[in-house]
Amino acid sequence: MKHDAIEKNIGLMIILIIVALSFGTLVELVPLLFSKETNEPIAGLKPLPALELEGRDIYIREGCNTCHSQMIRPLRAETERYGHYSVAGEFVYDHPFLWGSKRTGPDLARVGKRYSDDWQRAHLYNPRDVVPESNMPAFPWLFEDEINPEVTGAKMAALRKVGVPYTDDDIAGASAAVAGRKEIDALVAYLQQLGTLLQSRR
Amino acid sequence: MASFWSYWIIILTTVTIVGISWILFANRKREQQPADKTTGHEYDGIEELDNPLPAWWFYMFVITIVWGVGYLIVYPGMGNFAGAIGWTQVGQYDKEVAAAEQKYRDMRDRYLALPIEEIAADPAVRKMGMRMFANNCAQCHGADAKGRYGFPNLTDEDWIYGGEPATIKATLENGRQAAMPAWGSIIGDKGVADVTQYVLSINGRDANESQATAGQTVFQTYCVACHGPEGLGNHALGAPNLTNGVWLYGGSEEQISQTIRAGRNGVMPAFKDTLSEDKIHIIAAYVYGLSKQ
Repeated sequence: MKHDAIEKNIGLMIILIIVALSFGTLVELVPLLFSKETNEPIAGLKPLPALELEGRDIYIREGCNTCHSQMIRPLRAETERYGHYSVAGEFVYDHPFLWGSKRTGPDLARVGKRYSDDWQRAHLYNPRDVVPESNMPAFPWLFEDEINPEVTGAKMAALRKVGVPYTDDDIAGASAAVAGRKEIDALVAYLQQLGTLLQSRR
Repeated sequence: MASFWSYWIIILTTVTIVGISWILFANRKREQQPADKTTGHEYDGIEELDNPLPAWWFYMFVITIVWGVGYLIVYPGMGNFAGAIGWTQVGQYDKEVAAAEQKYRDMRDRYLALPIEEIAADPAVRKMGMRMFANNCAQCHGADAKGRYGFPNLTDEDWIYGGEPATIKATLENGRQAAMPAWGSIIGDKGVADVTQYVLSINGRDANESQATAGQTVFQTYCVACHGPEGLGNHALGAPNLTNGVWLYGGSEEQISQTIRAGRNGVMPAFKDTLSEDKIHIIAAYVYGLSKQ
């Protein structure tokens, strides 16, 4: 084909560019959308309860994922430090996933139960109080602000639309579960369950 | 992977490789066009030359295609085809871990067989213990193990749950949950103030005498069960000694009365599900050695 024909017909060029670019997506991404490994939750995985779900939204709002990854790679150096490597089935109910790609702070994929609630609160209030060399920002407002209980149920309903199996009872009880709770309670509750389903001794 | 998706990947990958090879070779020009060296495009007097692709450039494309084909033969990539050498990500990880196990296992087993008292002074154990402590314990207890507000100092001789090697190991394995109840609603504001004065007095600090006497009565009713009649504490219950000037939550009058009023519930996480026994043994030896230096 003469390349005149393509260069002078912008519509055809757009279509051919899309065809050329789509191969990577079709081969690498599309099969994963239908694969068992990525769609089947690991044993014991449940949708986040209301408080933890709100905590996750605070995690996103405060941008925790810009400095903390949630993805332990299968490398000994990582599993020695963080625990069992992450598997796809742990993230089936994550919308969006928070794997991250940058570790200014440590990976948090298995931070759950590793520190006490008191430590998490002290650390979030001012990281320097417990880790003097830390450069993490302080989040003191989480201790004052309360969660808005009116939208929690709606968030769950939205997640149910994309496949998270919340029950009607979960959604109905969502506001009551978070009413009057401070944001710090939600964030700590979220952190304390991270990665606890898959433990291994290292 | 379902076989449909396996074929999907194999077919699309093959189509891509054949397709780009075809584009590369079908458009190849070996010779410069002798007559007219341009593509015939002309814009505002600027003409576009039509030279062949430089050979090094052309062969780099060829090499990448050959490399890609070779990669897909050796490594997994073509759907369910496992690759000629049977490489897997988890397999590589397991191999890496097994190699490290072989390297360190004997050494750790040797230390595990020895009592904590014996290895606590071993420089190699201290060095390993320090690294493991830095990774697992320092976030709360501090890199120097001197603790923080609410997180105990491990370098002094004062222990909440006991500092014997076996106790330290048990603390590491199973964690601890402190259970100082909130007394404010039970003994009232006056009770809290009186007991605070009494606690100050048994530390030899300035205290209001009449309040301290009243506080002693309250102490002997409510606090005695855990902290003992003289306030010396009880390791089995995790009740700290109240007479030695070591304060986990601060020793000011306000802080002591806050502790009495609202209670304290410090938590030490359990490590038996995440750290192997030999590592817990070495960390216990390191911690044991901290206060013995």
